Amino acid sequence: MAAGTAYTPPAHGDRPARPAKRRTRATPAGMVENRRRSALMAHGVLILGLLIVAFPLYVTFVASTHELREITNAPMSLIPGDRMIDVYSRALLRGSANLTSATPVWFMMWNSLVMAMLIAVGKIVISILSAFAIVYFRFPGRMVFFWMIFITLMLPVEVRILPTYEVVANLGMLDSYAGLAVPLIASATATFLFRQLFMTLPDELTEAARMDGAGPMRFFVDFVLPLSRTNIAALFVILFIYGWNQYLWPLLITDNLETVVVGIYRMLNVGDDNADWPVIMATVVLAMVPPVLVVLVMQRQFVKGLVETEK
Amino acid sequence: MHKRVTFDNRWLPYLLVAPQIAVTVVFFLWPAGQALQQSVYRVTNVFTGAARFVWFDNFEHLFNDSLYWDSVQVTFVFSAAVTVLSMAAALFLAVMADRVVKGASLYKTLLVWPYAVAPAVAGVLWLFLFQPAVGIISYELAQMGQPFNFRVDGTQAMLLVILAAAWKQVSYNFLFFLAGLQAIPKSLIEAAAIDGAGPAKRFWTIVFPLLSPTTFFLLVVNIVYAFFDTFSIIHAVTAGGPAGATNMLVYKVYNDGFIGLDLGGSAAQSVVLMAIVVTLTVVQFRFIERRVHY
Repeated sequence: MAAGTAYTPPAHGDRPARPAKRRTRATPAGMVENRRRSALMAHGVLILGLLIVAFPLYVTFVASTHELREITNAPMSLIPGDRMIDVYSRALLRGSANLTSATPVWFMMWNSLVMAMLIAVGKIVISILSAFAIVYFRFPGRMVFFWMIFITLMLPVEVRILPTYEVVANLGMLDSYAGLAVPLIASATATFLFRQLFMTLPDELTEAARMDGAGPMRFFVDFVLPLSRTNIAALFVILFIYGWNQYLWPLLITDNLETVVVGIYRMLNVGDDNADWPVIMATVVLAMVPPVLVVLVMQRQFVKGLVETEK
Repeated sequence: MHKRVTFDNRWLPYLLVAPQIAVTVVFFLWPAGQALQQSVYRVTNVFTGAARFVWFDNFEHLFNDSLYWDSVQVTFVFSAAVTVLSMAAALFLAVMADRVVKGASLYKTLLVWPYAVAPAVAGVLWLFLFQPAVGIISYELAQMGQPFNFRVDGTQAMLLVILAAAWKQVSYNFLFFLAGLQAIPKSLIEAAAIDGAGPAKRFWTIVFPLLSPTTFFLLVVNIVYAFFDTFSIIHAVTAGGPAGATNMLVYKVYNDGFIGLDLGGSAAQSVVLMAIVVTLTVVQFRFIERRVHY
């Protein structure tokens, strides 16, 4: 199975020694001498890099604390203003002032949350079930199913957008949570990840379970699920962000259920002169908070999951 | 690909794969088939939707359309610039982070968050900085005698979307490069240092070649990202303009299909894009398969 072998996660045992040991290890004199200076330079470069990366975010945050007048009167002050509470409550409760039918941002965030959760949980559930079937059963058509799932990798929504829209319209799923989530929840990547994980579980485990008279679902619930916990956590972070950040799909099929990322576009689309910049910038900050929080809180699982899923 | 010990059940495995297969067939395979079919038809009556089989006419039209080739060129320039810029910046930062003893994980935390930012939102962050009337960078540029208006200047529009797209991708590349660097045995580098190789020489003769699997993997991922995931940046920031200067292939598919209502032409473009994704996926898997035997 050619493509399958690709997903072998690196074994955990063969990690090299951590760089923390470096300082105590005997090294050539030149390297030791240079180390302090090169570390200093490295810190400098990294801090500069961090500042460049964070700069757009900082400016956005500052803009969300000023009155519109302060922003249109270029150049905007780079010191945070005192209108933060006012601007954020306006955004959350009312939405952009210059839209005829403004959606309050709290509702957009709710829609994004529902969509992200449905996509993340949906993908994990259907992928772990199909991986379990493909690994632990032999049944006619198994390889056909495997390849059908594999092909979804090659069909991003952007390239089949018009026909997919037609399907969803025919099913009457436009502007609904189901329409937002279901067309996106097939996942080859998640299926491969679980398949790979299951292949590493020892056969003795299955044998023991069978000898004790456990059926497949009992085995799934008592052994497979608990052993998949860390992978599920890592996948959840990646898929939650994937779902929250969807753009083209909600843009096309939502009207009343707009997600926050799409909401920002609609607020901007009134033209540069009419844009309600403080509210738009506050919405941008609000749209970033949930996914960024998820990544920062679950950073360890996420980084491990990311590097191992995609390699 | 299967276990030695398996369960016997006639219908359970089908039940387990059913949800995934149902979604795949209804929302992936069926629409893809539709796109394939539409690409060889031409709508003759927009009201009744009547269509005629036209062989490869739509493709012929497409490949004779200079606007399409402009879009191809735009896509290549954009993808190459985003890939090179984000990978070079990420590699540079990762090499620095690998060098510091204290604080590497703090830097990782502070650099990881743009990964979570939606491409559309990244586009808006940069749009605000370069907005012709209120942007603070465009203001400074104007003060320095270099007016910046991406609404009218195609090159500047391109620069802006490249910056936004590359900015978002740096953290992803950084994580992979750092993981790759930390997996290189330090003894190798120390041995080279004993032999008198300076830092630059050590990097180019040892570190960079050992990183090549990571680099190649990221190359494919970044090209895919630049081709497909940046649709939202284009849509939110420039809408393909001005005058098609940022009209990427994925944006053109959407624009010709949904706005221009040219079903056959849009479907033909979808088919070309699918061919590109298939190629990239095959390349990626070939390569990963090879590196397993390391």
